[in-house]
Amino acid sequence: MYQSRVIPVLLCNLEGSIVKTQKFKNPIYVGDPVNAVKIFNDKEVDELIFLDITATAQGRKPNLRYIAEIATEAFMPLCYGGGLSNLEDIRAVIKAGIEKVSVNSALEKDPDLISRAADVLGSSSTVASIDVKKDFWGKYRVVVRNSSKSLSMPVLEFAQIMEQKGAGEIVLNSVDRDGMMEGFDLDLIRDVSRSVGIPVIASGGAGNLAHLKQAIDAGASAVAAGSMFVFQGKHRAVLISYPSQTELAGL
Amino acid sequence: MFSLRADNCKMQIQIRTFGFMIVIVDYDMGNIGSVYNMLKKIGRKSEITRDLEKIRQADHIILPGVGAFDSGMEQLEKFGLIDLIRHKALVDKTPILGICLGAQLMLEKSEEGQKAGLGLVQGEVVRFKFGPETKLRIPNMGWNQIEKVKSSTLVDILPEAPRYYFVHSYHFKLSLPEDQLLMSEYGYEFCSAFQHDNTAGVQFHPEKSHKFGMALLRNFTEVR
Repeated sequence: MYQSRVIPVLLCNLEGSIVKTQKFKNPIYVGDPVNAVKIFNDKEVDELIFLDITATAQGRKPNLRYIAEIATEAFMPLCYGGGLSNLEDIRAVIKAGIEKVSVNSALEKDPDLISRAADVLGSSSTVASIDVKKDFWGKYRVVVRNSSKSLSMPVLEFAQIMEQKGAGEIVLNSVDRDGMMEGFDLDLIRDVSRSVGIPVIASGGAGNLAHLKQAIDAGASAVAAGSMFVFQGKHRAVLISYPSQTELAGL
Repeated sequence: MFSLRADNCKMQIQIRTFGFMIVIVDYDMGNIGSVYNMLKKIGRKSEITRDLEKIRQADHIILPGVGAFDSGMEQLEKFGLIDLIRHKALVDKTPILGICLGAQLMLEKSEEGQKAGLGLVQGEVVRFKFGPETKLRIPNMGWNQIEKVKSSTLVDILPEAPRYYFVHSYHFKLSLPEDQLLMSEYGYEFCSAFQHDNTAGVQFHPEKSHKFGMALLRNFTEVR
């Protein structure tokens, strides 16, 4: 039987600490990444997404030493994003031990980076990460650079172009739902997953198992969550968790 | 008589501790460090190399790889590895395990490309084909269960409810049903691992499949 993947997303900063944001803002400290990866190994998670959320903003390259340290400990598929602006960066993180690369901000100026990456790595290792935010009039907009800049191209068209260029997967992030733990943007998931043939990973808003199921029912091939797997209770105490196999089988 | 036995014994110990070598073939197709890392985790020393002499001496060979079929064969050709791998597998009968693309390359051909495969096992590689009503996406990316169809050191001892991580658009289609080792289902039932004598291939990624992958790799290193 085929199971939809449930993927913890870990965000890290310049110092190499894991943080968690709300609506892409106010990062708060969660813990040490290598330790978190070890815990997620024990919990046998389906996959992990690791994003350096400060690299692009600071004009930095990916921190390869740090990536290699994490990759050595990860016995599940690992996707990395952050500061990947050209093919050399991508090759370097693959060499450091990553399976998949997630490209986001670079797509603004160089959407063909997806094609070049797919030619070298194969589509299945090439992920287009699309951040979406509702504008003042409630219209979905593709945003880049940590949600600081919006693009003019409509979301569905952007997603289809990513597929045509060879992306094997789309990570669809809702900026408005990030860290809120109140559920996914199901309309957005439905629209995007209908408009492409590649898997869509829904991200942004997960707070409980029912939310995950809603996203899958809306068409997501996999679901990602940050806060849900690092916080516990209404006071958001840090505690790394992951659903049991029985709970996952119910999704 | 006694001394002869002692010498024999010493020699065997030497072979076990110094000569035993697991080689991970490096032909520049994807991230292969993770295979090394997992072998290290289960206490097996291995070497990532494309050195012909080292591969010639290897006791176990792992052929990993991610990417397109023709690129994979071109890379093997470029490093002069095709004849050597065939010789190791077919003449020396060295245990060899293909992973993902590495396993696909062991068959005769693929719908994905024009080049001939290594031809270690009879069969071809075909693309998933679904009817128009399907909701299934290609590539098949995710965890899936496996069903054993024959007994083998490679899979006889696995943790309970084994599952493995798959990323692929193409799958094996073997000529001989008796070479099928594991079956899985994605839209329909397909062969997810094969074994013919000393030659085996898995479509999934044991190196990214937690304890289930560790068990399978451990089993492989115990094949004699």
